[in-house]
Amino acid sequence: MNDHDLREVVIATLCRIAPEVAPGELRSDAPLRDQVDLDSMDWLNFLVGLHGRLGVDIPEADYRKLVTLDDVVAYLAARRGGTPSMPAP
Amino acid sequence: MIEFKLPSLGAEMDEGTLLEWKVKPGDPVKKGDVVAVVDTSKSAIDVEIWETGTVYELVHQPPEVLPVGTVIALLLEPGETPEHAEMERRRMAVAMPPPAPSAPAPLPPGSTPSRPAAEAPAARVRVSPAARKRAADLGLDVAVIAGTGPQGAVTIEDVEKAAARPAPKDRAAEMRRAIGAAMARSKREIPHYYLATDIPLARVTQWLAARNRDRPVTERLLLAVPLLKAVALALRKYPEFSGFFRQDRFVPGAGVHLGVAISLRQGGLIAPALRDVDVLSLDALMRALVDLVARARALTLRSSEMTDATITVTNLGDEGVELVQGVIYPPQVALVGFGRVTERPWVENGQVVVMPVVTASLAADHRASDGHRGALFLAEIARLLQAPETLDTASPSYPAARS
Repeated sequence: MNDHDLREVVIATLCRIAPEVAPGELRSDAPLRDQVDLDSMDWLNFLVGLHGRLGVDIPEADYRKLVTLDDVVAYLAARRGGTPSMPAP
Repeated sequence: MIEFKLPSLGAEMDEGTLLEWKVKPGDPVKKGDVVAVVDTSKSAIDVEIWETGTVYELVHQPPEVLPVGTVIALLLEPGETPEHAEMERRRMAVAMPPPAPSAPAPLPPGSTPSRPAAEAPAARVRVSPAARKRAADLGLDVAVIAGTGPQGAVTIEDVEKAAARPAPKDRAAEMRRAIGAAMARSKREIPHYYLATDIPLARVTQWLAARNRDRPVTERLLLAVPLLKAVALALRKYPEFSGFFRQDRFVPGAGVHLGVAISLRQGGLIAPALRDVDVLSLDALMRALVDLVARARALTLRSSEMTDATITVTNLGDEGVELVQGVIYPPQVALVGFGRVTERPWVENGQVVVMPVVTASLAADHRASDGHRGALFLAEIARLLQAPETLDTASPSYPAARS
């Protein structure tokens, strides 16, 4: 799975939690929680969703690394196999 | 015979729309079974029954808008026969004639009774006076409503069915109106007093981080869980904040059921009950909270969850505010609010340290309690949160809240 596919999975997971999100309007480099109304329960459900879809269990200590959409995608890419990820097509 | 009435599912509810029956005549039911789905201004609710018996007759059919208290089904009590039920029903019918005349209107003298009413000119609509009035109230034209009464007469049920059917609800506007009605009643009737205190959270956040460290994401606890548990345990010691103000007096709740304020993504909020929080383990409480939030947002709550809460807890910390000054949800008598957890300078043992701190607040009903007890109640929540390891089980030093 390349970064593009990972991004799609992340956005799909996010949209399950926050159906009002318009995927096209999400900025990749701005803090996610400034763009989407996520409380702590939503955030946990988001991580549970990613765990279910990608098998990556994100420890609580790493939450602070996951600020932007780019951060989340890069983190997941690194945790899945550790190989350099393919550039998005 | 048991009369099953449309229950009130909240302080502001005076009518509901019967959406679906989950049972049919002949079905056995027991306490706690979901028998119907009713739409309120806030949500579609699974309505439970509180008696055991056998469904005898579904008096109303969906979709239909009905006032709270309307008998919507009849049930046979255990051991009761349909014959006995019929007898009883006839007796009731004599005692309380239905409001809408169901007998055919008397024919004017000289008219020919042989002509069936069905062939009457379409322009002439038979309609009962009650139905005409209800249609006028609802802004409906009786001429376009299909009648199902004698001789095709439009009955009050036909009018209400027609009213329930076509117009899709503006849920956001209705919810705003319902919240407004409940909160206006609260501000009009309840003499609120407000208290707040800062609670250091270093111990509970460290304890939580250690506990969550080795757990998969599906088994982690949110900070809300120890906060809710601390409130529930403190309520055992200060039961005058957990219950209802009814008929000029305070009635203690039978159990510590926390109404959890949940904001809905489409706007508005709902505060369904987490039951018996004082006796739940933290893991069980977390599971119950996850389930409740998911069902609140999916609009699949149960009727008992809409009415059982003995106090409301609201957590606006995720939205960034520090202090909540709550409005009590009647007939409850108190609301506990938590704001944002912030790092603040804190003096401990003569040293200034940086500490995660939350401001906890209490809005309480002066008819049921005084500020002195309110202060002790908040202090007890603060004290419990300094010993997070004791929150997992109910401390034996507390008297049981069960009645």
